[in-house]
Amino acid sequence: MKALLICEYLQGKLLESTYELLAFADQLGASKVMLLIGSEAQAPKFDGKIYLADAGKFGEYNPDLHKRLVLDTAQKERPDYIVFVHSSFGWDLAPRVASALKAAQVSEIVGVVDGKFEVPSCNAKMRRLLTPKTKQAVLTIQAGAFSYQGQDRGVPQLERVDLAGSTPRVEFIGYEAAEKKAVDLAKAEVIVSAGRGIGKKENVETIAALARALAGELGATRPVVDAGWIEHSRQVGSSGQIVAPKLYVACGISGAIQHIAGMKKSDFVVAINKDKDAPIGEVANVLVVADVMQFVPALTARLQK
Amino acid sequence: MKMLVCVKQVPDMESRFKVNSEGVWFEEQDLAFRMNEYDEYAIEQAIRVREQLGGAADITVLSIGPDRVVEAIKKGLAMGGDRGVHIKDEHLYQKDPWQVASVIAAFARDKNFDLVFTGMQSQDRGSAQVGVTVAELLGYACVTTLVGFELSGDIVTARRELEGGIRGIVKLKLPAVVTCQLGLNNPRYPTLPNIMKARQKELLAFPIMDFLTEESAAITERMYPPEKKGRGLVLEGDINETADKLVAILKEKTTVLR
Repeated sequence: MKALLICEYLQGKLLESTYELLAFADQLGASKVMLLIGSEAQAPKFDGKIYLADAGKFGEYNPDLHKRLVLDTAQKERPDYIVFVHSSFGWDLAPRVASALKAAQVSEIVGVVDGKFEVPSCNAKMRRLLTPKTKQAVLTIQAGAFSYQGQDRGVPQLERVDLAGSTPRVEFIGYEAAEKKAVDLAKAEVIVSAGRGIGKKENVETIAALARALAGELGATRPVVDAGWIEHSRQVGSSGQIVAPKLYVACGISGAIQHIAGMKKSDFVVAINKDKDAPIGEVANVLVVADVMQFVPALTARLQK
Repeated sequence: MKMLVCVKQVPDMESRFKVNSEGVWFEEQDLAFRMNEYDEYAIEQAIRVREQLGGAADITVLSIGPDRVVEAIKKGLAMGGDRGVHIKDEHLYQKDPWQVASVIAAFARDKNFDLVFTGMQSQDRGSAQVGVTVAELLGYACVTTLVGFELSGDIVTARRELEGGIRGIVKLKLPAVVTCQLGLNNPRYPTLPNIMKARQKELLAFPIMDFLTEESAAITERMYPPEKKGRGLVLEGDINETADKLVAILKEKTTVLR
């Protein structure tokens, strides 16, 4: 069994998540070959073959060109699996490759069970186990689901690849930096975050009062930020800030994967939610099953004493 | 400007899910269904394009599934879609993303849509495959994870959301498929007069077999709740007693109250 692993590369740097692809292939028991569209200096430290295409020529991400580079490499290597990280790069490119190969795609794999692929469903409340029917399959793995234990001091054998004449339909213009962070949540010892479960914008003040009583910062989930209840600079999660405070209090937060990715390294997590089965319970040291807008004022009153 | 918006109806994610008798999907009875959240941004963006063009545009809202999905189509029409298309399938959950995309592409193939909008993923299955695969099958350009959209002539300037809040700016020419991320715009609420008006709008229905020629590419072996691991203490009951207990725990287990 052979896996072609597609490296993650953004703004001139190899992303650490690339090594998770190696961990996944090891768990599958597959032999590994990699494709990097980037620069030689950033090649992963991997004892094996890496096909290298120059990001200076093909762009850091250009869907049409990158699809052809992946397909050309797959043609040479005939892998059983072509594996991406489930990222803005992977989820965009993987279905293009799968369509071209008429191959099955399994998205956002979090585990391998007897050679079958486990994926989350329904906001991580359920799991599904999938088997591709096609000979080749395209896979994306959830970032953070597979951790690489191997040694990162391998020396790859590089083979340069190129494309002849091609006009991409999507033109890359540039990057726009993330909004400046008015609040650096990464330094906070206590963060009290509000999720959609608080109900309405007017209730944000109740959550902010708890944050003050704990001498902490107010945080928020993405839906709360998108709704305009709390500013983006306080967003915790994969598209906001990654935090690791001593205490994280999740108020009315169900626990979307993207949010948990941003706070799971907190020392101690308290979740307040009316749904006992909410996925946030999986990472909480204490889950308080209660109406958040009744419980939070009661807690704040005790802390102010 | 001809536009197609693909919407999915999904259960409310706050629901409790039980595995169905086949063991491969959740029991749909007793669940409240609503429009996939990402798709609301897709409809809103199509309506904004029509407004930008002074109304010189036509929006078809398509959904696949059992009769209940007509509710999602009607919401799309009440927001501002011009016509609904219901592709009837009692067993949508048994179709994989490849089949769903092939059905949409088969419907769209001879209709010359300039722009196709989808959500970037569905909330229940979350494969993030259908929109891109539709584009590949139609031979359209495609951009995913849209958080910004501008149209000028037949050129779209799109902002894609990348990791860590960075955005990638790209340009592409119509025809195109774009998949919408949360926060792209502020989806409007249907007003009562618009809900009434939507009832008069055209709603076409087709059996899925009119468009389905592909077999599934992957098999769902089973569905199950995740293993409960590392689960902490659960506190329930009287709010005041629970709050007292929590304060005691925070004093014992953390240093933040010292």
